[in-house]
Amino acid sequence: MAEYQWHDYDVIIIGAGGAGLRAAIEAKGRGLRTALICKSLLGKAHTVMAEGGVAAAMGNVHSDDNWQVHFRDTMRGGKMLNNWRMAQLHAQEAPDRVHELEAWGALFDRTEDGRILQRDFGGHRFARLAHVGDRTGLELIRTLQQRAVSMDIDVFMECKILRLLTDAEGLVSGAVGYWRPSGEMVAFSAKAVVLATGGAGKSWKYTSNSWECTGDGHAMALWAGADLIDMECVQFHPTGMVWPLSVRGLLVTEGVRGDGGVLRNSEGRRFMFDYVADMFRAETADTEEEADRWYEDHSAGRRPPELLPRDEVARAINTEVKSDRGSAHGGVLLDIASRRSAEYIRRRLPSMYHQFMELAGVDITSEAMEVGPTCHYFMGGVRVDADTGAATVPGLFVAGEVAGGMHGANRLGGNSLSDLLVFGRRAGMGASDYASGRPGAPVPDRGEIDDAITEALAPFDRTDGENPYQLHEELQDTMQSLVGIIRTGEELERALEQLDVLRDRASNVAIGGGRSYNPGWNLATDLPAMLTVSRLVTLGARDRKESRGGHTREDFPSPDPEFAKVNLVQRQPSGGGVGGDIKIGPEPILEMPPELKSLFEENH
Amino acid sequence: MGEMGDVTMHVWRGDAGGGDFSDYTLPTQEGEVVLDVIHRIQATQAGDLACRWNCKAGKCGSCSAEINGKPRLMCMTRMDQLPEGPVTVAPMRAFPIIRDLVTDVSFNFEMAKQVPAFAPPPRPEGGYRMAQIDIERGQEFRKCIECFLCQDVCHVIRDHEENKAHYAGPRFFIRFAELEMHPLDTNDRRELVRQKAGLGMCNITKCCTEVCPEHIKITDNAIIPMKERVVDAAYDPVAWLGRKILRRQKASPSEAAAHGG
Repeated sequence: MAEYQWHDYDVIIIGAGGAGLRAAIEAKGRGLRTALICKSLLGKAHTVMAEGGVAAAMGNVHSDDNWQVHFRDTMRGGKMLNNWRMAQLHAQEAPDRVHELEAWGALFDRTEDGRILQRDFGGHRFARLAHVGDRTGLELIRTLQQRAVSMDIDVFMECKILRLLTDAEGLVSGAVGYWRPSGEMVAFSAKAVVLATGGAGKSWKYTSNSWECTGDGHAMALWAGADLIDMECVQFHPTGMVWPLSVRGLLVTEGVRGDGGVLRNSEGRRFMFDYVADMFRAETADTEEEADRWYEDHSAGRRPPELLPRDEVARAINTEVKSDRGSAHGGVLLDIASRRSAEYIRRRLPSMYHQFMELAGVDITSEAMEVGPTCHYFMGGVRVDADTGAATVPGLFVAGEVAGGMHGANRLGGNSLSDLLVFGRRAGMGASDYASGRPGAPVPDRGEIDDAITEALAPFDRTDGENPYQLHEELQDTMQSLVGIIRTGEELERALEQLDVLRDRASNVAIGGGRSYNPGWNLATDLPAMLTVSRLVTLGARDRKESRGGHTREDFPSPDPEFAKVNLVQRQPSGGGVGGDIKIGPEPILEMPPELKSLFEENH
Repeated sequence: MGEMGDVTMHVWRGDAGGGDFSDYTLPTQEGEVVLDVIHRIQATQAGDLACRWNCKAGKCGSCSAEINGKPRLMCMTRMDQLPEGPVTVAPMRAFPIIRDLVTDVSFNFEMAKQVPAFAPPPRPEGGYRMAQIDIERGQEFRKCIECFLCQDVCHVIRDHEENKAHYAGPRFFIRFAELEMHPLDTNDRRELVRQKAGLGMCNITKCCTEVCPEHIKITDNAIIPMKERVVDAAYDPVAWLGRKILRRQKASPSEAAAHGG
């Protein structure tokens, strides 16, 4: 029998980014014994990197804004694949969540009359993003962190969770993992578990994601029997840094475009005017003069095409580069220097200024930035009930990027931070209600604990085996080249073959050194989730034979009305566990009620 | 730096029981930062070399270390801006070692628990109003990424473990200052700052300001004004109250309008 510490709670939350923190605050506030578990130190989660803002229809800058407009923008941006109920709750509740942050100490930038200032972003009809310069994610996570600390929530930092635990009836009843500093094993029993583990971009070579984004929650939910939806919908953010190579993929905020920056190819052309899809033509400017008027006064012209939804802009950049109209290092040029004063740029975009100055030696107040698409966000994820965050296995609740549905096939910028707040709170409520109603003490299966620990420690017993860093690099090469921004059926089949090989090799990883803070071992324990999530994305991409939002098939370049009606659902039949057989198939999306449907007819 | 030369990294390896520097030599690559080279050492020569990192963009404050003796973020230190020759990378000295470049920074999380929370008045109809000019100082302090380099370099605790029990350090002086200068806050933390947090022990050598990767003027904008307020409070509570009320008025809509954008 394996040795491990034991902790007993009502609700445990795995992941301490915005969604996990907000869920923990909710559960603790409702009087439940609550633990928050995170792989890094508190306050370092990927939320900290969000830049542009949090979308909420407060109407502080444009009084015409309201939740219906925000809802409509979100659904259209998501190519109508969204869970409409999530999009509705999100648009309705985001303003309250922003006001709540302010009452907890957040200092958003202000309008001239002292209210919260809102900025323009792609796909949003009105200036809607509450922000703090270009470091809004830091403000959000720090505010929630300070709130959580003031509530005396138990936090387990640098604790990696390997597996969810179930009881004899199949209810999710806890989790098992290890402390990274000591390498000691630890198990939790809980009446309800909230997954808030974020995304999985670290399986791609060029990504804006930090090392933590390895899809732990997606994989653990699958292994525990939960449904996942639309995993093929991965967002490639149009503007990542492309040079120097060591920072390739690092995010350049959409706020640059919201604040007046434009995209040009090597010929100096504002090429986005050549890529306006029919769906957005009526509300997009025809000429540079009209687009520039819009920046001064939104009623004097239509929106610049640089502010189309991210999937549209990313594909356009990809096409320009492939047509030999790219910049020196294989991107395009993002120019704000020739359009705004140096003082304005430094005030509005301070971290972008420092990021380019210090990492690339580029002064963005006098030179253009080189940018290109970077793997950024998972729209797909664990299937949830919109109101409670409940997954399809009892006892499991999910919020934030690891949940699917809210963003459909493509997420609008700014809708992630609001998603974390709205659904972090709702998952915290859902988990609290469930835990309060669950009779008796949960009894997680000890056999599952022993299995997870045995598997995690196995690499130490091998003296000769695979290097986890090498495997990770090969996985990134596979996903980057075969499951990237533009996909084909043939390449996806090849990706699946390569993933099979990598999975076999990953079962033969060998590790040197001890258990205490050993990053090679830590990576080895992240690999099963990364490989599983890569497979889910590839399977979904293979079966969705159309192009929609973040999923683009070269061999099926148009949207297909039949695929518009379905989620691609993936699950492992009960008892599947790690490495079980994945079943995939289409299931009808939720039917939108008539009063919401009419919002789309009236306006377009 | 030459196109294809080698670089030697002199990296501290060890744990709480002790350790020493190990040398790793590898080819240089264009545009790399110190953290890139540490990652290449992990991938090719020492899979168990421990370091913390997350965002690799200077936003999360995880990869703090002492590079050629200076407290810095590994992800924001470009190799080609360091002097030619071997590069020394050591863990932060002010905190206990866990392993290699990773230290036990729990002191900071314990200190964070002692900060009395932000306490605004009830939200008025139509929401709180604050002028941009009144929140800019607070926003400067909230740029803090909690890398704890200021704590590391502060000589009050760097070489005096015994001081940690009653000294919060620069990171928390800016936290206290941020709350104290917040237009809506109603808590009074000055006695706490003076006594328990040990503000008086700081003798404003500005080492913290020099190492701050966010360029926060910790000493000039937070510590010195806080020292003044604490002294005022100790001698003249009426003056403090007057200032607090005055500040509240400044945040009203009419004042906000007068200040303009």
